[in-house]
Amino acid sequence: MELIFFIEVLAGGLLAGVMYALVALGFVLIYKASGVFNFAQGSMVFFAALTFVSLTERGWNFWLALAATLAVMVLLGVATERVVLRPLVNQAPITLFMATIGLAFVLEGLSQLLWGSQPHGLELGIPDVPMEWLSRKWNVNISQFDLFAAFVAGALVAVLALLFQKTRIGRALRAVADDHQAALAVGIPLQHIWAIVWAVAGFVALVAGVMWGVRNGVQYALTFVALKALPVLILGGFESILGAIIGGLIIGAGEKLAEVYLGPYVGGGIESWFAYVIALLFLLVRPEGLFGEKHIDRV
Amino acid sequence: MKTALAVALAAAAGFSTQAPAQAKEQFVPVNSYWVGPYAPGGSGIAAGMIDYFKLLNARDRGINGVRITWEKCETEYRNDRGVECYERSKNKGPTGATLIHPLSTGITYSLIEKGTTDKIPIVSIGYGRTDASDGRVFPYVFPLMTNYWSQNTAKIKFIGMKEGGMDRLKGKKIVNLYHDSAYGKETIPILETQAKMYGFTVTHIAVPHPGNEQQAQWLQIRQVRPDWVILRGWGVMNPTALKAAAKIGFPRDHIIGVWWSGAEEDVIPAGEAAKGYIAAGFNAPGADHVVIREIQKHVYAKGQGELEDKSRLGTIYYNRGVLWGILTTEAVRKAQERFGKGKPMTGEQVRWGLENLNIDDKRLKELGAVGFMQPLKVSCMDHEGGGAVKFQQWDGGQWKVLTDWIASDQSIVRPMIEASAAQYAQEKGIARRDCSTEK
Amino acid sequence: MLYREAGQFKSTYAEDQQIFPIRQDRIALAVFLAFALLVVPAIGNQYWLGALLTPFLIFSLAALGLNILTGYAGQLSLGTAAFMAVGAFMAYNFVLRVPGIPILLAFVLAGICAAAVGIVFGLPSLRIKGFYLAVATLACQFFVLWALQRFGWFSNHSTSGVITAQQIVILGYAFDTPARKYLLTLGVVAVMALAAKNLMRSETGRAFMAVRDMDVAASVIGIPMMRTKLLAFAISSFYCGVAGALHAFCYLGTVEPEAYSLDLSFRILFMIIIGGVGSILGAFLGAAFITLFPIFLNLASSWVNEFFGVEISHAVVSNLESIIFGGLIIFFLIVEPQGLARLWQITKEKLRLWPFPH
Repeated sequence: MELIFFIEVLAGGLLAGVMYALVALGFVLIYKASGVFNFAQGSMVFFAALTFVSLTERGWNFWLALAATLAVMVLLGVATERVVLRPLVNQAPITLFMATIGLAFVLEGLSQLLWGSQPHGLELGIPDVPMEWLSRKWNVNISQFDLFAAFVAGALVAVLALLFQKTRIGRALRAVADDHQAALAVGIPLQHIWAIVWAVAGFVALVAGVMWGVRNGVQYALTFVALKALPVLILGGFESILGAIIGGLIIGAGEKLAEVYLGPYVGGGIESWFAYVIALLFLLVRPEGLFGEKHIDRV
Repeated sequence: MKTALAVALAAAAGFSTQAPAQAKEQFVPVNSYWVGPYAPGGSGIAAGMIDYFKLLNARDRGINGVRITWEKCETEYRNDRGVECYERSKNKGPTGATLIHPLSTGITYSLIEKGTTDKIPIVSIGYGRTDASDGRVFPYVFPLMTNYWSQNTAKIKFIGMKEGGMDRLKGKKIVNLYHDSAYGKETIPILETQAKMYGFTVTHIAVPHPGNEQQAQWLQIRQVRPDWVILRGWGVMNPTALKAAAKIGFPRDHIIGVWWSGAEEDVIPAGEAAKGYIAAGFNAPGADHVVIREIQKHVYAKGQGELEDKSRLGTIYYNRGVLWGILTTEAVRKAQERFGKGKPMTGEQVRWGLENLNIDDKRLKELGAVGFMQPLKVSCMDHEGGGAVKFQQWDGGQWKVLTDWIASDQSIVRPMIEASAAQYAQEKGIARRDCSTEK
Repeated sequence: MLYREAGQFKSTYAEDQQIFPIRQDRIALAVFLAFALLVVPAIGNQYWLGALLTPFLIFSLAALGLNILTGYAGQLSLGTAAFMAVGAFMAYNFVLRVPGIPILLAFVLAGICAAAVGIVFGLPSLRIKGFYLAVATLACQFFVLWALQRFGWFSNHSTSGVITAQQIVILGYAFDTPARKYLLTLGVVAVMALAAKNLMRSETGRAFMAVRDMDVAASVIGIPMMRTKLLAFAISSFYCGVAGALHAFCYLGTVEPEAYSLDLSFRILFMIIIGGVGSILGAFLGAAFITLFPIFLNLASSWVNEFFGVEISHAVVSNLESIIFGGLIIFFLIVEPQGLARLWQITKEKLRLWPFPH
């Protein structure tokens, strides 16, 4: 009984971690290619999910709405590159970070201006209920939807890995990530690459928004999911796609186990800060995150 | 840049202090939020309140001939913006702000002292400082209708009713799932007291803000195997809790929410998972009340309604706004009875009106609000006045009222309120008013 | 013409090392301070003093504190609001539990408590750098709020966990009106800003900047890394702690722990970035932009409403304000990526030559 409960908590935590990783992926993509910590990622998640759900509620077909939202996100990526990033090329990271904060304000205002502030429900037709045979046989509750989310996250990572490793664009992306100047020197069009990365990040935001939207409903609070991704990012390393997934799993499992087994002794509600403690412990051993790039300081 | 801003703001301040000379107008600030995570609530309540003012202006030419005016101010649910809105609006209109609805517990805290100094009543209906129900310590603060503690005793009563008697509560297990904040924690002591009284066990489980991930909490609940779950949520925490309950197979009709967990906006995002969920409320849902129909007739039929989306008429938040509008104008009406009919009232006069507010069944009928709200009698001792709640159940499409008004148990609540208010009075060095000398 | 320093010769070292070496700067500052101290309380109404200027000053002080840590010493922090919370709650407890304690002493002690918390959460900075360091201060942010809510001692066992600031009395003089609270805030902020300005030109300040620019190089030339970094955390948290105490005592009165959420930490970070990282003036300009500008937009939209006589839906207006605000942040960064303070510097450069630029 105790063991089964432990397994349940662990599995629940790992699956929650997958949901965090979905959000963290968007941050990683943009950081990897342009060195920007994109504060607006949470707003992008909200904007994408709200656009998608509003279109479906207006009677659009699921795939049509998905395609239309994707188009909007690509457009947004291109526009961001044009209006925000291009004039700020070669500025300090903190300036770019602040610019994305401005972008977050714009996006949040824009989404509510277009679609209103009322929350929406979202169902994908995959019930968020325990799988019956598992609970009957082992008394373990694992939700179908959670498994679906894990599958989506896995597929997303696989697609992104393929994109980065096997395509021309991917090679260019990696080159830009390594060294902007050198990439420019060998003739890689930096601006195109950035627009592509932001568009891909928009796609990831859409996926994350839909998955979280099923959980929480599509409403402004979706922007808060970015907070859940923060410890994951820091732990996994800002530059690593694999790190986002592994980091998500560690944080998810760690904070759930802590909440269930340590929480009752200190009054509960500890998972808000415990995630950061986990990340901190790992960082003390590896200061650049689990999969971050090691920097060697030279004077 | 800075000087340009200063000049512009100076112009603003100059602009705003020009009050029309002694017009027959009663100015009510509508400070609310139309953006951000809580916009559904803020915009709905503001619209209901304004529509009720519009109804009075259109149908009755205001309150005894005094037209109601208002101005909206965006607080973003933030303390500093709320204080700014208060200061901006308090001197407007011929007599200054009638009263303030801060529309956020945090802002209410910040305004208690300011309102008391400026002699402007702070009216927090269904939120704010519970111990302000003790009017001797808080002369200018009115947590009208019902507070969290009263509501909680009514909830336990409701559970007792469902179980078939209060004695059946013995040995039952109740989980209190609360938003980890000042608001969420407020009912912990009273639940503890009641658990001892009735012999049930209560487990408090905290959900960290914002509450969009509750896997760990619901696994804990699954292990406790409670008979009932009390949901003290706010914002996104509510639909997430309902979804998570469905995930572990906990029956939704054994989850009982507070009124900030019981609006359409809290259940629609949860979809099917919300079906059967029960919440407390101090205003009834639905558009089928006389007062709402009147609003439709006199305001919306002329195309002057506040809501763009008319389907929100009759939703919980909208109706709550109408209720606030009723209480606001009734307090002014009461004040006019004493200080002069057909005159705009000052905040100080409205304070008297609030303290002597007595909305009985006869008056409810005149207002067209029978069943929409409970009768209310406020006094110097008791700034709450009502204390009862109705329970409502979500049937997947709308809220259905389950019960009549269920009264609270003031024998438990009142001593706790007085103790807490006494502590405040002592810390602040406030002398209690003597209610027997008030008239 | 007016702003020309030619002819101001320094004949002693003391003169050369003044905080404000240019005469016009000194005069301007003196005039500005005199104006803020004497004229503003006389002409300002409650709205101006209580709702705009006091919070502006308090947030400036918090931004100043963060700027010492992030702008001068280069350590990113997302826990500013938590340090403010420590200041607010500890000041309340000192006044509550130590009878007859002078209020300013309580503020200082509260600041010291915040500094202690800052040192503890600053320890990981010895090993972790850059964006990754944010994890330590984020942990601090969430842990402090959690602890304030969890342990009743901090709020004197109030059921809802809120504190109500006591009356401010200094030498028998009660600071109870908005004007008096404004003056007290102004006094504290002015003294601390001056102290910060001075500190940043001292050996300590220069050590901070050396660490910011490259900590390996700094340690090579013999700057003690541990002492310098922890000192930066301590001083910064002290400033934030005092700002928090002022926030509770001179501004809000009654506060709940949630008033110091991560949201506030971010807003203070925005202030220093938009105002200018590593600049005392920048903290003030940034605080003005972030706290006052949305209010100005809100007022402006109501004039537009009145002027054109059309009532636009309020939800639309509020959202438009948010869009304009965000757009302006981007615009200002494109115009001047180093913040508003840099813009002011450029203006000064131009003024030196004006009106004869050749």
